[in-house]
Amino acid sequence: MSFLAITRATLGKDIRLEWRSKDAINAMLFFSLLVVVIFSFAFDPTAEDSRRIAGGLVWVAFLFAAIVALNQTWAREVRNQVLDAYRVSPAPANPLFLAKAIGNFLFVSVLEALMTPLFIAFYKLRALGPGWELLPIAVLGTWALVVNGTFFAAISLRTRSREIMLPALLFPLSIPALLGMVNATTAVLTGEGVLRFWIALLVAYDVVFTTACLLLFRTVLEAE
Amino acid sequence: MKRGFPILAMVTGLLLSLALYEALIAAPTEKTMGDVQRIFYYHVPSAWTAFLLFLINFVASVVYLIRRDSKSDIVALVSAEVGVVFCTVVLITGPIWARPVWGIWWTWDLRLTLTLVLWLIYVSYLILRRFSTSSQTPLLAAVLAIFGALDVPLVYFSIWFFRTQHPSPVIGGGGSLDPRMAHVLLLNWVAFLSLAWLVCSTRYRLEVAQREVDEAEAVESLLEGSR
Repeated sequence: MSFLAITRATLGKDIRLEWRSKDAINAMLFFSLLVVVIFSFAFDPTAEDSRRIAGGLVWVAFLFAAIVALNQTWAREVRNQVLDAYRVSPAPANPLFLAKAIGNFLFVSVLEALMTPLFIAFYKLRALGPGWELLPIAVLGTWALVVNGTFFAAISLRTRSREIMLPALLFPLSIPALLGMVNATTAVLTGEGVLRFWIALLVAYDVVFTTACLLLFRTVLEAE
Repeated sequence: MKRGFPILAMVTGLLLSLALYEALIAAPTEKTMGDVQRIFYYHVPSAWTAFLLFLINFVASVVYLIRRDSKSDIVALVSAEVGVVFCTVVLITGPIWARPVWGIWWTWDLRLTLTLVLWLIYVSYLILRRFSTSSQTPLLAAVLAIFGALDVPLVYFSIWFFRTQHPSPVIGGGGSLDPRMAHVLLLNWVAFLSLAWLVCSTRYRLEVAQREVDEAEAVESLLEGSR
């Protein structure tokens, strides 16, 4: 099978499973809803304040929620020895990784699309800058979280208490990405600040780590 | 290496006491900061030592991924452990120095933040090594070390830009350093490097011995099982 065919097959299987069970998306939705509600009690912001802090709140909520989906990424494959089978098969490792990363990207994107209206309503947000620029920021930021998250979920499979290990490995490395997403979002919402630098930073982060993940995934997959 | 230990320990002890004397008594007192500034002779050499050890960790991790030998893995482990210790010293002495001089314990300035993020990355590296149940922990750890190294320039640029948008407190240094102070600083660094070398080589031998013991135990339980 070709690279694309394997990616498509794995991705299709994951989406079908998620569509029928809705495990990850339901857990993420409820979790981020809780985060939104708790944040709004914790801060009780006025419209002017909320514009400045909303970028941070939104992304922290998405980051925590994404962990839920990321932790589930490989668990199913381990349970049924799919990873062992994959190691034995002649299929290259990267299509598997790409399919998983794209799958997580789609799940987290759906979450973001559903949660953003709620955020806007709860925090009375109105962008002072060009609002459409939030879209590329969301795409780049989500990919930044998801690509490393999928990779480190594969590493944390081989540890004790893996649910805690994933954030412990992922968060320190994600600091530049988080700075990029939060500041770019805040720049759009407040209409001040330099948007272009943060987008460039996110692009650099995505390129560097996507490359690194693709180069090193086979090593991680084959490690027992 | 075993016989070298007493000599190295003695040299380190001598260097550290000489450096202590130089830093606390012989070095000139700084004009505006006063005696507090002497923490500089511990703070800066610790930082340099920690960064050097992290660099060694990165190189050893790359070598491990290429050659897969346990020697470079142990070097990576040991340099990360000792590097985290020195980095912790930096993060503790920094606020002690900052409080009387800047009037604050902490500021999200470029160098401070970068050091903190480095510390976080390497602590997560050590946690991974501790919590891993894989038989190929060194491999996973080496991969994480490479990701950490790739992250450093990105962290640097993001914080550099983040900070230049905000007012930052006056940072000490920046001007020229008195040659006598530079001399004491270098002496302290040499002493710290010697200490780091001593600790690392001891820890290296310990780890080698530990692995031999583990291996022997594994073989023994195998033999017992087959009986």
